[in-house]
Amino acid sequence: MPESTLLAAALGVVGGALAVGLVLFLRRIVLASKELGTDAEQATYQTLHLASRAAEHLRGGIDELDALRAGKHLRALLGCESLAIVDRSGTIAIDGDDAVRPVAERLAAAALASGRQQVQRRIPIGAWETDAVVAPILGGAGPLGAGPLGAIVAFASPVRSGLVRATGEVAEWVAAQIELGELDASRAALAEAEVRALRAQISPHFIYNSLNAIASFINTDPAQARELVLEFADFTRYSFRRHGDFTTVAEELRSIDSYLRLERARFGERLKVTLQIAPEVLSTVVPFLSIQPLVENAVRHGLESKEGGGTITIEAADSGAFAEISVEDDGVGIDPQTLAAVLAGGTPGGEHVGLRNVDARLRQVYGDELGLVVETNVGAGTLVRMRVPKAGPRRPTAATSPDGRLEP
Amino acid sequence: MNPVIGYAAIAAVALASALIGFYGLRISRTTSDFYVASRTVRPWWNASAIGGEYLSAASFLGIAGLILLQGAGGLWFPIGYTAGYLMLLLFVAAPLRRSGAFTIPDFTEARLESIWARRVTSTLVIVVGWFYIVPQLQGAALTVRITTGLPSWVGSVAVAIIVGVIVAAGGMRSITFVQAFQFWLKLTALAVPVVALLLILGGGEPAPQLTPAEAFPPAAGPAELDAYRTVSLMVALLLGTLGLPHVLVRFYTNPDGVAARRTTVIVLVLLSVFYLFPTAFGLLGRAFAPDLAASGEADALVLLLPGRLVPGIGGELLTALVIAGAFAAFLSTSSGLVVSLAGVISQDLLGGSVRGFRIAAIASSFIPLLVALTTESAGLAGSVGLVFAFTASTLCPMLILGIWWRGLTARGAIAGMVAGAVLSGAAILGGPLFSAAAPALRPFLEQPAAWTVPIAITVTVLVSRADRHRIPRGADAFLTRLHVPEQRVR
Repeated sequence: MPESTLLAAALGVVGGALAVGLVLFLRRIVLASKELGTDAEQATYQTLHLASRAAEHLRGGIDELDALRAGKHLRALLGCESLAIVDRSGTIAIDGDDAVRPVAERLAAAALASGRQQVQRRIPIGAWETDAVVAPILGGAGPLGAGPLGAIVAFASPVRSGLVRATGEVAEWVAAQIELGELDASRAALAEAEVRALRAQISPHFIYNSLNAIASFINTDPAQARELVLEFADFTRYSFRRHGDFTTVAEELRSIDSYLRLERARFGERLKVTLQIAPEVLSTVVPFLSIQPLVENAVRHGLESKEGGGTITIEAADSGAFAEISVEDDGVGIDPQTLAAVLAGGTPGGEHVGLRNVDARLRQVYGDELGLVVETNVGAGTLVRMRVPKAGPRRPTAATSPDGRLEP
Repeated sequence: MNPVIGYAAIAAVALASALIGFYGLRISRTTSDFYVASRTVRPWWNASAIGGEYLSAASFLGIAGLILLQGAGGLWFPIGYTAGYLMLLLFVAAPLRRSGAFTIPDFTEARLESIWARRVTSTLVIVVGWFYIVPQLQGAALTVRITTGLPSWVGSVAVAIIVGVIVAAGGMRSITFVQAFQFWLKLTALAVPVVALLLILGGGEPAPQLTPAEAFPPAAGPAELDAYRTVSLMVALLLGTLGLPHVLVRFYTNPDGVAARRTTVIVLVLLSVFYLFPTAFGLLGRAFAPDLAASGEADALVLLLPGRLVPGIGGELLTALVIAGAFAAFLSTSSGLVVSLAGVISQDLLGGSVRGFRIAAIASSFIPLLVALTTESAGLAGSVGLVFAFTASTLCPMLILGIWWRGLTARGAIAGMVAGAVLSGAAILGGPLFSAAAPALRPFLEQPAAWTVPIAITVTVLVSRADRHRIPRGADAFLTRLHVPEQRVR
């Protein structure tokens, strides 16, 4: 009876899932009730827990949505009846009774103007009366400038001195959280700027060598010289382009082609290339100039000093959700210790800076586990591999241009 | 039947698939010419590969068997399978390609900015994939049993091992070539026997076992079809195609939207041509092999008919060709699914490492094997139809609303997916039990899509509306990206 077997299997799966869920739930309850500690310990825990829950929502500033979510936890923290968070532009988020909105607006405006904490008693709201305490959220000299960032209005009847003090403390704590959020944002901006700065640049050597090579052809083979000048133009146009931190494997290959044609003008037949590119990965999005520097490194440090030249093998293959790209040369290789020092950032501006540059950007964009993998030894050639998720970078902010589109 | 032919055909297909998988890229794409290396896949190639991945055991064996059993009802399957691509073309393919998301879970996370929505989607994708592999393995079991006389489990185990090992060992580094090869093999393996049979039967020998009036009674004709069942089946097949994990990935091989559209049109043509042949097999079977019309045996029609009608070595060769095509169907669909599933599993559970991918590939081929070994096939086309119904009730509402409706929220999507999964899952698995209790409900439980899909969509919309202030912040920017045509920057 296939149906009954299937049914039994399904029931087994559902039952198993329920059992696992129940066990996890019970475990949570047991863990929560075990060693609850003294009342003071519990109070400390409660306060810190609520504060950390609220902090999640304050790091992005206090626009309406975040303020609404944070307000829920802050109200529990203060133990007041209603809580309003008002930002500098006058947007109000209220947790609790919405009828206090006009009062909150008036009190917040006063607090923002004076920059001082105030208590007002017996405010009529509809048929009943309530007390309120308002505390300004005072920011330091952040990017938003000095002065109040907003205000917190707590409604309770009656307002006791404990609530007044606590509201002041909470307002200060909120200000600190917002500033921490700004710090996070500026750290991210810094990291992004670093990536931009790390964006590989054309080496002066290469320009000099290419122009020399072109010059040597101008008299002997003007047609070849003309070709090379066009390649040079193509290559520089791609490398100097301003928009976008990302490109596709196909575009990157085109740039490598121009680069190698220019290098071949100097190397002649000593520089051989083998390519093996799976068509599935051609449209994979990779950081701008992330493969070309690997090829340039292979030419300049692997093959240039090798007697009789050598071969560069560029491979790109499909591997589930990732694209695997590798650049291999049979040149002189790199001393592993030197390489480790370079990748750790020890010798700025020295040899193999291209590798370090690509490695740093890959880590920045995809995380530390997806940096370059280099296999090399002196005299044994060099194999550089990278794995790029086809789904694109994890942080969309760095990947997208201002209109939110992935740069092709 | 001579078992040697069966062995030889199976071994040849497995070997050819493995060789193309491992060496195809090396042979076809090793060059020193950048122009050759960066040439994209032609729409023809890509369409063949999509066809290769899509035509599963249900298409190759199941449709002919179903036509033999049910008559005109079976004809809806090829129509639904093909038209599903039309839905994909109209509603999903281009926006999803522009989104930059590579899998359905990636899309969910990017669109809804919620890790929980992603987890639910991943779970559903894995469940759908596993249950879609099961009929492939059952088809392999049937084929091995009929053609070589070995016990059924040998076929399932062989396919699971071949697929698991090839994918885990990195034999799918350029999947397009393998799948395109499998498509043309499948087409040849059905077209040649059909043409040969028609030529031979045109001579009047052997005579049909049934007269036309007996073979094609009005009761098996289109007039007798139940409207509800037909509508429900079409809903399942049309919408189910949208959510299949291995189908969407293929569109990324196209360099741009224009090529993606052209590919889809070619896919429609290729599928339409292909489905002529299983249909012809089914019709021939009604007249010439009515004794096979028993549940469980009918799926073997395609494998048995050439040997019955063509005596001698000619019949054996045709049988070998059909066996090869059938194995191509099992291998290609399973390997496409295993690659997609291993990608999802390794990314979500195992940190996306190479080792994680291998473990996930092995798991994705062996868990369906366990299910296939413990259950028995009740008709290949039918069980694939149920997988489509499940996909249509779970992933499809989320995808379509995610692409076309700004108001979708993470909670709405999760609620809709869970509701769809619970309802359609209960109908599919508990169907026999419930319909024994209430026979009036039988059609609704056997073909649940017509009511589960609307319920899933309604739940998604209602929960999203109730949850209005949680519309993800990036929704507008993301939808712009999905729907504004891409410009070629140069």
